[in-house]
Amino acid sequence: MQSYLDFEKPVADLEGKIAELKSMAQTDNAVSIEEEVGRLAARADEALAEIYRKLTPWQKTQVARHPQRPHFSDYVRGLITEWTPLAGDRKFAEDAALQAGFGRFEGKPVAILGQEKGNSTETRLRHNFGMARPEGYRKAVRIMEMADRFGIPVIAFVDTAGAYPGIGAEERGQAEAIARSTEKCLELGVPNLAVIIGEGGSGGAIAIATANRVLMLENAIYSVISPEAGASILWRDAGKAQDAANNMKITATDLLGFGVIDGIIPEPTGGAHRHAAAVMGETRRAIAQFITDFADRGRLELREHRREKFLAIGSALG
Amino acid sequence: MNWINNVVRPKIRSLLKPKDTVPENLWVKCPESGEMVFAGDLEANQWVVPNSGYHMKIKTTDRLRHFLDDGRYEAVPLPQVAQDPLRFRDSKRYIDRLKESRSKTGTEDAVMVVTGQLYASPVTVVVQDFDFMGGSLGMAAGQAVITGLETALRRRTPLVLFVASGGARMQEGILSLMQMPRTTVAVLRLREAGLPFIVVFTNPTTGGVTASYAMLGDVHIAEPGALICFAGPRVIEQTIREKLPKGFQRSEYLHEHGMVDMVVHRHNLRSTIGSLVAMLTKVDAPEALSGTQTVQPTPTLIQSRPAEGDDDLVATQPVAAHAE
Repeated sequence: MQSYLDFEKPVADLEGKIAELKSMAQTDNAVSIEEEVGRLAARADEALAEIYRKLTPWQKTQVARHPQRPHFSDYVRGLITEWTPLAGDRKFAEDAALQAGFGRFEGKPVAILGQEKGNSTETRLRHNFGMARPEGYRKAVRIMEMADRFGIPVIAFVDTAGAYPGIGAEERGQAEAIARSTEKCLELGVPNLAVIIGEGGSGGAIAIATANRVLMLENAIYSVISPEAGASILWRDAGKAQDAANNMKITATDLLGFGVIDGIIPEPTGGAHRHAAAVMGETRRAIAQFITDFADRGRLELREHRREKFLAIGSALG
Repeated sequence: MNWINNVVRPKIRSLLKPKDTVPENLWVKCPESGEMVFAGDLEANQWVVPNSGYHMKIKTTDRLRHFLDDGRYEAVPLPQVAQDPLRFRDSKRYIDRLKESRSKTGTEDAVMVVTGQLYASPVTVVVQDFDFMGGSLGMAAGQAVITGLETALRRRTPLVLFVASGGARMQEGILSLMQMPRTTVAVLRLREAGLPFIVVFTNPTTGGVTASYAMLGDVHIAEPGALICFAGPRVIEQTIREKLPKGFQRSEYLHEHGMVDMVVHRHNLRSTIGSLVAMLTKVDAPEALSGTQTVQPTPTLIQSRPAEGDDDLVATQPVAAHAE
């Protein structure tokens, strides 16, 4: 069952009518509906294309958070074989919000990191809505360290509203854990790639997104703070989230313009939640390209490439 | 409430009331004890309230004067960065907010970098000033921190950072977030060159600043009672919908939880750091400190309780765990 965003209402109405016609035809075989269904479907496609051609940043935020949008586990299922998740930071706990482990991409071993948001009440709770605690970031550091030692590239699928703000998380050093994870990214002598697949939420994202190449899905967002929290700080009104989203420059196109990301992975009209297979295909191609582009570089060169790339961010802005 | 209550009554009251409030700059109220202190006394005491020990904000220049030899230092010129890259406006234009802050503080942005001597050894010092837009980390502040770290690297001196910040500068959006990895690069290069990086947490240090360069020091020192956190108390209260324990996310709490090495009174920062960096850089003990038993007395903790996870501690000495 497709769930619709509020601005997709015209499409929802048309597709509702199609479903209605189809169920009518089932009970009454005499009615021929082919022609009418075809006409409605074409109109629905047109409406969808019209809407997605000019999504506002706030609408993209909603698409990025769509419950049916492919999550970390979908990418792993679609792109990685022999997926072997590893658990625990060896210090305190296992954090299921941030997944980490090894698998194969087109036959070659890779280390995988990423936040999983979950797709049902049960899995959302298990993964804490993709909001990691310090243990998640410390596990990421552990896996990156291992990948570095064994000379295996690191791929991160970033999808989080941000790190978890709780008493325990603060008590156990959320800030330090994030800082160390970012630092580990910058120390790697193997190539790393970050793909923002949904939400790139602030420090919780940058901790695993400090990479040689950073890509964003077309309708993903990446920001210093969620539009809601930004609105409550800057406008002192969480209800101004729309204004915040539209002002904060959080879309893939904006960030490519700033030189904060290196490329955009296109999504077919209607977004990744309607076209998971196509998006997997595009992502596969982007990962393969990354592996080829960075294959022959030495450890020091990879590290310096990453460091200089980040140092250069902002220097070209007037 | 009506117009008469809101407007007329206070006006009449203010006309009738004797002027019992002291001039703003002369007397200062201690936020902790409520005691009134003469500003001159406070200044002489490095803005620590004499009786309560409360550490108030201290101006960057005053801090440097007390910290460095003979109170002398030289400012390092800071590079220009893009102004208002997002052309951001909320209730006000960001560019106007910047102008206001500049005229209020007389500085270009939140971070100042200086060179000077500490017990006759050269040091580079970075001070982040909460008075400039909450010490928030934007492109200018990030670039200044990097300049500080690079200056220390070039001069081959230790770097002492006095940090205070409300976190990322929202008005610069993602470019503010990018200062986290950018500054981390500079910290790594200083560390890889074998130079000490000392962080002094002052009130408050929060958000993306805590979650990047501030938490990556070789030694973490906190002034008493400073708020040090990633997510602020208000955000956490909203998330978990309960009141937070007293002293939560304060210096002493971070010390208990192993995130800072020591909580040090402002008066002792100079000697503590002077001794530390001399040891770490293998310089002979500064004459003033040579032979002292302890440079820094153990801080008295406001509330001492075992860290979470140690709740199975017992009162008598238990049998130790063995690898048998």
